[in-house]
Amino acid sequence: MTPKEDAPVAELIAKSPCDGLLPVSVGGLTLSEEDLGHLTTLAPFKGQEKGLSTALEAAHGMKLPAAGRSTGKTGNRAIWFGRDMVLLAGPAPDTSLAEHAALTDQSDAWAVVRLDGEGCEDVLARLCPVDLRSQTFKRGHSARTELRHMMASVTRIGANSFQIMVFRSLARTLVHDLKTAMEAVAARR
Amino acid sequence: MRLPGKGLIAGGKPVTFSFNGQHMMGLEGDTLASALLANGVHLVGRSFKYHRPRGILTAGSEEPNALVIIGRGSHQDPNVRATTQELYEGLSARSQNCWPSVEHDVMAVNDLAAPFLGAGFYYKTFMWPAAFWEKLYEPLIRRAAGLGALSGAADTDAYEKAYAFCDLLVIGSGPAGLMAALTAARAGADVILAEEDSRMGGRLLAEDEEVDGMPAHLWVAEVLEELSAMENVRLMTRTAVTGAYDQGTYGALERVAHHKPRRHSLKDSHLPRECFWRIAAKRAVLAAGAIERPVAFRNNDRPGIMTASAVRAYLNRWGVTPGERVTVFANNDDAHRTARDLAAAGVHVAALIDSRHDAPDSEMFPVIKGAQVCDAGGRKRLESITVRSVAGEEKIQTDCLAMSGGWNPSVHLTCHLNARPTWRRDIAAFVPTPGAVPGMVTAGACNGEFSTAGALREGAKAAEQSLEALGLKATASDLPQAEDDPYRISPLWEVPGKGRAWLDFQNDVTVKDVQQAAGENFRSVEHMKRYTTQGMATDQGKNSNVAALAVLADATGRSIPETGTTTFRPPFVPVSIGAMGAGAAGQGFKPQRFLTSHKASEERGAHQLEVGLWYRAAYFPKAGETNWRQSCDREVTLVRNHVGICDVSTLGKIDIQGPDAGKLLDYVYTNTFSTLKVGRARYGLMLREDGFVMDDGTTARLGEQHYVMTTTTAAAGQVMAHLEYVSQALRPDWDVRIVSVTEQWAQFAVAGPKARALLNALLDDEIDSDSWPFMACGDVAVMGVSGRLFRISFSGEEAYELAVPARYGDALFRELVSRAEGLGGGAYGMEALNVLRIEKGFITHAEINGTVTALDLGMQGMMSQKKDFVGKPMSRREGLMAEDRAQLVGLKPIGAVKQLTAGAHLFNPEEPVERIFDQGYVTSACFSPTLGQSVALAFLSHGRDRIGEKVRLVDHMRGIDALCEVVEPQFYDPEGGRARG
Repeated sequence: MTPKEDAPVAELIAKSPCDGLLPVSVGGLTLSEEDLGHLTTLAPFKGQEKGLSTALEAAHGMKLPAAGRSTGKTGNRAIWFGRDMVLLAGPAPDTSLAEHAALTDQSDAWAVVRLDGEGCEDVLARLCPVDLRSQTFKRGHSARTELRHMMASVTRIGANSFQIMVFRSLARTLVHDLKTAMEAVAARR
Repeated sequence: MRLPGKGLIAGGKPVTFSFNGQHMMGLEGDTLASALLANGVHLVGRSFKYHRPRGILTAGSEEPNALVIIGRGSHQDPNVRATTQELYEGLSARSQNCWPSVEHDVMAVNDLAAPFLGAGFYYKTFMWPAAFWEKLYEPLIRRAAGLGALSGAADTDAYEKAYAFCDLLVIGSGPAGLMAALTAARAGADVILAEEDSRMGGRLLAEDEEVDGMPAHLWVAEVLEELSAMENVRLMTRTAVTGAYDQGTYGALERVAHHKPRRHSLKDSHLPRECFWRIAAKRAVLAAGAIERPVAFRNNDRPGIMTASAVRAYLNRWGVTPGERVTVFANNDDAHRTARDLAAAGVHVAALIDSRHDAPDSEMFPVIKGAQVCDAGGRKRLESITVRSVAGEEKIQTDCLAMSGGWNPSVHLTCHLNARPTWRRDIAAFVPTPGAVPGMVTAGACNGEFSTAGALREGAKAAEQSLEALGLKATASDLPQAEDDPYRISPLWEVPGKGRAWLDFQNDVTVKDVQQAAGENFRSVEHMKRYTTQGMATDQGKNSNVAALAVLADATGRSIPETGTTTFRPPFVPVSIGAMGAGAAGQGFKPQRFLTSHKASEERGAHQLEVGLWYRAAYFPKAGETNWRQSCDREVTLVRNHVGICDVSTLGKIDIQGPDAGKLLDYVYTNTFSTLKVGRARYGLMLREDGFVMDDGTTARLGEQHYVMTTTTAAAGQVMAHLEYVSQALRPDWDVRIVSVTEQWAQFAVAGPKARALLNALLDDEIDSDSWPFMACGDVAVMGVSGRLFRISFSGEEAYELAVPARYGDALFRELVSRAEGLGGGAYGMEALNVLRIEKGFITHAEINGTVTALDLGMQGMMSQKKDFVGKPMSRREGLMAEDRAQLVGLKPIGAVKQLTAGAHLFNPEEPVERIFDQGYVTSACFSPTLGQSVALAFLSHGRDRIGEKVRLVDHMRGIDALCEVVEPQFYDPEGGRARG
């Protein structure tokens, strides 16, 4: 049921960052919004990396990823997110993690999309200045990099699949830039 | 003329095109140049300065003469080299730099005035009077001289930028490049092979020779088949590597759509016109080949005079003979192949003139040894040449002269990191200096190795060297058999004699110009270049640099290596500005940040304001409001009297956690935060290290070791970077973690006397003034959603900021506005927000403009004496503490005044309005509907001591001159009772 415009409502309706923008398909390439569940940044306190890794493994079944890597799998993933920081994507963080790290809820802060299909590397080659070739950027590898003008997190989640994250407010630009690159790649075929 | 059955494109599909309005036929695989020659067209354009008729000189990207315009309107493309433009169905090209036509060019009169127009003419002639240069001379010269022009319409095509990575970048796909790519690819290296031509093979496509026992082009096809089947190889045709940069990065321009028929803008088909690549290569092999150089003799620029290798290319690749009675003029053995191939194809070779007495003989054509071509006859097309020998001068009828002064290795890329090439006397040419570009090795003709066998050998060796550096092993394989003739040459740069002998065809520079430069003491090659403009055209002197400096060397009595070369700079071929700025048009110019309330604001007709990358509602016009001021005044009033809603999510929010969180805050703020109670917020001021104010905002304490800092919208990134700097560089010993949460929360100001009533209708647990006093903060539940509530006020009213996870932002904004409207209030935008804060004397970055101190703002009381903080020592500098600094004050107009404006300057009423009497300036101004008059915030010298005095406000830009009274900067409710209420 759609509530009447601007009439007092009983509950607040949640909207996803890419609401109304996705999915987009161009020539075998698909861009779709991904709901990863809870997003929590884990910033280990001084000397707590090992403790955090142990707690993370005990609570969520994966170790702390090294720089440029991710651990776990879809729905339950830990992604390296920069200096002294990991993003836990999926479950609500176990309270035991808070002993070792600053936990911050970021569930609504990021627009998360996935790009699937043959040629997705070519699409990102038009936007990101990092080496994303499959032999150097393997499944589970993750980079904090530029996506055109935006700071992004890019993770390879499959042979022909990438997960891409930018700030929520940039969702429209993200879709615009990716769609433009997808169209350009498709046009060359 | 096309020779039936001859060439690699023989039997290709016919293609129709037009040149200067004339319809012609070509073949698929033709360039515009080869198709024009097949149609007997030699006259293609007019020269830059003298408007001399010019034809096709070369068969590659070095072409200086055959420049045309393709397309019209928004996709008009000037200065297109006919030699690289591929033919396509419907292509329409026209000559440039001529009027009314290339056949009858009025400006050709310049050619008659040539004695007066030599090197340095403009410098000497248009010196006086000075004002005439810009107004008269320059426009005239620009109209008379020049290349093609843009249409003036905006380019609507799409361009692209892209990145590529590889183990080995091979530049050029001739025998050396192919062999290098093949060797490296077979060893498992990730290879990119870049070729500027539309077809790979380099000179192997242009020569009649065998490789590995088969025609060269078939060997090329075989290699390409193997390469294209390999996953670790990327073949990039139409891609010219334009520059070598630091750390193995190369720029490359790919012509994506120049060869495709088109009707409209390419944007509709999403195909970029060009793509500019940045290629990061661990190693590189340069196999760029060589460029044949012309010989300078009188009238050597006549249409029909071409380089010998170009004639061969047109014959062997495109099956076209540029003439029916061809002559060849050379100083080396290589050019003899042109005569041989032509004769073998049944074309009449009238003579081969070789400047060497020991030139080889031929049974297929007459060879005139020890002779030189000293003049050419015919104007729009070559008709004859004059040959000079010991026997005297002799005229030979010919319609095409193939000339060769030898070969210049394409060393350009090796010099892009500032290395200079090395002179090799035996081949009379510059070759790359080894190690010129780290990680790059050179092979084949660009390395001075001109035989095919040598190129294959060097290509393989270069790949092996690169593989070793990459930690890979080359698999042993035999080199294919190929031509291994020695390159024999005897230098010949110019044929002496009267008249003008052309060096730089594109910029109309002659041997005499260079000699004159030397004579006028422009002896350095860099000075000669600038004095004569030699090498400064779009071909960057590819055809003329070495010959010009040889002439200069001769004129100055130095050797060629002593004379040296000018600087080679990227790009190797012209790169359009569109490709460099690819993607930056329209929405691609910069990213856009949208609030969760954006859609709801737009539905309410909000006018948007760009604030950095953010879009914020400026005001929400209601029916009948025709001016922004009406909306703004109403919105201010509804906040003062009822309740207003404003999206303030753009403010920076930084989560700060850890045992030393309080210490960090005490260190970055001038005032103390470690003593702040949990559940309370405090206003804080932050200085830069130089002691000036960086930012302000409120920081709330959510837990013992947990704070959330608020920054201004403008300084959100700067403050975040500052905190990173402080925690990483200044106090890495502290255990504190920071992360931006700006995007996590949708935060709305709920301001006005009815704010609490509004909130209590939404919050799961009601609040009152005891549980939520001024500056209280904490967790709340809003309609079942967990959020945060801060009782802070930027309007001076009782006000709150309510934050919920961003996914609920849209819904909450709609709900808040709808409820506010029910209470007589509504949404307010940036304009009203600004008026509300000016009325209260609250500062923004209009005041914190980078030049003000805490003292200037009257906030010296916030500078804690008890602790150290960033900026404290520098803020105590004498100049920053000076009493005569401009201090923040309020201004009210005296009498009837139209308006006060930000940016206006202040003067004492009795003093003249001159810079030296300047007393200060206005930072913010508005009409206050609350007070019924204009008010302003300003910085005024000795301001705080001058309350009650009069100052004169002058804004020359907007014609405002007003007398004002200096007042306290708090215009409204200075005690702050309303906010605390």
